[in-house]
Amino acid sequence: MTETTHMVHAWAAIFFVAAFAVLGEVMIASGMRQLGDLDDIRAARGLGGTILAVLGNVRFVIGALCMALNFFAMLAALSLANLSLAGPAIAALTYIGNAIAAKFFLRERVDKRRWLATACVAVGVFLLSR
Amino acid sequence: MKHTLRPSQYAILIAIMLTASVGDSLLARGMKEVGAVDLHHLGLLWHALFNPYVDAGIILLIGFFASYTTALSWADLTFVMPATAFGYVVIALMGRYWLHEQLTWSRWAGVALIVCAVGFVAGGPSRTEHPNLDQMDAGAGR
Repeated sequence: MTETTHMVHAWAAIFFVAAFAVLGEVMIASGMRQLGDLDDIRAARGLGGTILAVLGNVRFVIGALCMALNFFAMLAALSLANLSLAGPAIAALTYIGNAIAAKFFLRERVDKRRWLATACVAVGVFLLSR
Repeated sequence: MKHTLRPSQYAILIAIMLTASVGDSLLARGMKEVGAVDLHHLGLLWHALFNPYVDAGIILLIGFFASYTTALSWADLTFVMPATAFGYVVIALMGRYWLHEQLTWSRWAGVALIVCAVGFVAGGPSRTEHPNLDQMDAGAGR
């Protein structure tokens, strides 16, 4: 395998891992928004009822499955790319991907302040991981 | 409408930061004791379950997931993510002052950027209101 092909495979794996993470987090966030404040549910139904409500939410379950796939995809990505590249790249892509997905799929109001915060975290995590 | 957080909700955000950072550190410490796991030594993963650091790490990460899902039930994803990224700063500072690791200028710059990010989101609302969507969702979700 040439150096270029190897890099293409490594970056494809990194994008794949980040995509699973974004999909998982957005589905979990959507499920939690659908359920409403868990503190209120716990007050009404107790801890057991709250856990059942969360585990019975389809969006949450799909999100959790995506996070599990993300974990295994991460293991595969680490066999193609070094941790020093994969770790910060996946973290930064996930932060930015989450902000874009939250704006378009969760209809969150992502104002300048939140874009700036997301960019600061993405760059900050990248610098910390070096 | 500006959403402000209750003290118990700030406590959940702090729990996310601490459980994620300390949980990861405990898992890393435990897995160093267990040794490298590869396809030919998958049995080590079973062995890892008997390591107290790994057990403590798993318990904290379960606590992290519970806190994280709770926070997402009353705050936006784009609020929770940067607010809880402060955990990275906790790990860096633990490395510097507890483990006496050297922090390079780029890592200090990373710490500063994440602190700024937390400051940006902390000053804004925690939740975007969608009265119609929320009503439809609540009907479908319960």
